[in-house]
Amino acid sequence: MKSKQKKQSTNKNMIAPGHKACAGCGQMIAAKAVANALGEDVIIANATGCLEVTTTPYPQSSWRMPWIHSLFENASAISSGIRATLDYKIKHAKTKKEKQKLENIKVVAQGGDGATFDIGFGLISGMWERKENIIYICYNNEAYSNTGIQASGATPWGANTTTSPAGSGSSIDAIGSHQRKKDMLALALAHGLNYVAQTTAGHPQDIANKIKKAKQTKGPSYIQILSPCIPGWKIKSNQSIKVAKLAAKTGLYPVLEYENAKLTNVMKVEDNPLKVDEYLKIQGRFKHLFKNKRGRKQIKYIQSIADENIKKLEIGK
Amino acid sequence: MQILEGSRAIAYTIKNISPEVISAYPITPQTHIVEDLAQFKADDKADYEYVLAESEFAAASIIAGASSAGSRVYSATSSQGLLLMSEVLFNIAGMRLPIIITCANRGVSAPITIWNDHQDAVTIRDAGWIMFFAENHQESVQQHILAYKIAEKLNLPVMINIDGYILTHSYEPVFIPNASKIKKFLLKKADTNTKLLDPQKPITMGAFASPNYYMEIRQKLHQDIMTSAEVIKNEYEKYIKIFQPKNRDHNNKYKSFDNGLIEYYGPPEPQTILIAKGSVVGTIKEMVDNYKKVGVIKVKVYRPFPEEEIKNIIKKVKNVAVLDKSISLGQEGPLALDVKALKATYELKSKIQGFVVGLGGRDITQKMIKDIISLSQKQSSKNIFICK
Ligand SMILES: Cc1ncc(C[n+]2csc(CCOP(=O)(O)OP(=O)(O)O)c2C)c(N)n1
Ligand code: SF4
Ligand SMILES: [Mg+2]
Repeated sequence: MKSKQKKQSTNKNMIAPGHKACAGCGQMIAAKAVANALGEDVIIANATGCLEVTTTPYPQSSWRMPWIHSLFENASAISSGIRATLDYKIKHAKTKKEKQKLENIKVVAQGGDGATFDIGFGLISGMWERKENIIYICYNNEAYSNTGIQASGATPWGANTTTSPAGSGSSIDAIGSHQRKKDMLALALAHGLNYVAQTTAGHPQDIANKIKKAKQTKGPSYIQILSPCIPGWKIKSNQSIKVAKLAAKTGLYPVLEYENAKLTNVMKVEDNPLKVDEYLKIQGRFKHLFKNKRGRKQIKYIQSIADENIKKLEIGK
Repeated sequence: MQILEGSRAIAYTIKNISPEVISAYPITPQTHIVEDLAQFKADDKADYEYVLAESEFAAASIIAGASSAGSRVYSATSSQGLLLMSEVLFNIAGMRLPIIITCANRGVSAPITIWNDHQDAVTIRDAGWIMFFAENHQESVQQHILAYKIAEKLNLPVMINIDGYILTHSYEPVFIPNASKIKKFLLKKADTNTKLLDPQKPITMGAFASPNYYMEIRQKLHQDIMTSAEVIKNEYEKYIKIFQPKNRDHNNKYKSFDNGLIEYYGPPEPQTILIAKGSVVGTIKEMVDNYKKVGVIKVKVYRPFPEEEIKNIIKKVKNVAVLDKSISLGQEGPLALDVKALKATYELKSKIQGFVVGLGGRDITQKMIKDIISLSQKQSSKNIFICK
């Protein structure tokens, strides 16, 4: 099944308007920053999820670059195959110019946190192990948004999702999510990636800079972008940028990058960093934590995660 | 002519077909094929990219990605590996990618078995792939070359099934067409109309279809698979003219009818016909020689199902016995069901019975074939397991 792209208009937006994402969708803000920074010389493999569903209602497509969606869990392996094709063509290029042109093409795989942390993780590990020259981008909205906000391996402590619902019971289940959030950055670093970065939808310029660095990196790179989801986080559609920024400012979700396994850049937090309450209280998914003693205990625990980040990364000055 | 292991014959054939990207994951009894292909690359005898996959699911996805970017691709698997690929197999067909894989057929766990039957392949028969079954090494070589021609002409994936161990690990004299002849037979890149991912001409593949579109897209896929039968017949004729004046027959008591979709071996007016696919047909042919009124239909192409051909042959026949090396548990053999459907559609008088044989590597002996012939002339009951 192939569909026609909308005609390239004069502006440089690589994702055409008219997509079906919720107003204010953090993932869409991030994806636009990514696509525009990638430019035209790119082939994208996209996992199933909100970004895919909202941009490609057959026979239309928002993508102004070559783009393929196969399945939920295999964007990485699809991109490996695309990479192998380009590698083959580069080796067999007839002229220098043709070779150069092929070498300029970047292969990108992207998906949500569910596609990345959970169901597609094994295939991502395989791709990284092969050291293929592919940029992988994870739009982390901390849940399976497309199927109705179920918990994923990226869902944070205490978050209310439809499969980790806050409840009135006495067991730990009642607090919402209580699984350890998978540390994908550490896993990426453990695979020996030369470029690993984390940023948020509230920092589009930083996204663009990081994409540019990943483009220059030889071998695999990983960029994880915290992407607030309007219904998932239960926020207003004008709050996604603000919430994303708060995640960084409280130290809960530091904006940083590792080059050749070394932490080279990290965004500092203020002298008296904002407390996580400021981040949590504007999101409906954490509302239940403010209602009772046990909830407040969870907030304390979440604060300790932020404090530890600030200490470990030395971002508090 | 050289005497080759079945796996090696396939590996040489694939090398001569010159794919650009290969990806695979080892599983018995497919292993020798992918090992050989890795060795060719290591020895500079082939120039494809050989991508080591961490699972069959990945291998299928990798060749899907490679094909979407314009490569000729290949993979091989068996049994659990094919089932692990299954989600990708459906996707490949729906995306109209001209991908070829070999399935070295093996039974499915549990209990775990490494030996041959057809349960793996028949389980994914609805995925939208053209499915070949080979009787012997020469036929498998032929079907691999034909597969690429048909796939690239129609943008449909093709799977070639060869019986695990019985064909993959046995030695037979076989003729492998050389690379330049194969190149002439196959389509030139410029003559294919596969759409591909290219920054020069950005397209979207794998879009999301609403109920307004989904059904027609699936209908088109079905129609194209159905009409591929004509293309297979034509290409088979051309193939025979160019490469292989005559199929290798075990003997010449009867002259075979073969159009690429099916082969009929036996007397012109049989009373009983056996229908089967794969290597067991060799055993059946030998048995047929001992009877006056018994023939055998070899189903070479299982999907699209060669309905016309089979119907035309069995319509005047009294007894039909269908042999399945697989079973739709709770129903009966899938090939038997397909043949029985013809009886209703065309109001055939023939008595059609299904027999389940050779599961998990159980030998199919001459005695069993004999028993099947006499059973098919007598009683009538479902699900006859011929174990001994
Ligand atoms: C094998 C398989 N299992 C489940 C699904 C259903 N499914 C589609 S999208 C999705 C969630 C996607 O979550 P994520 O990757 O986080 O992306 P998001 O929608 O949040 O952007 C699920 C569970 C599927 N398409 N395929
Ligand atoms: S559900 Fe969330 S991720 Fe999906 S489109 Fe809406 S805001 Fe974006
Ligand atoms: Mg998500």
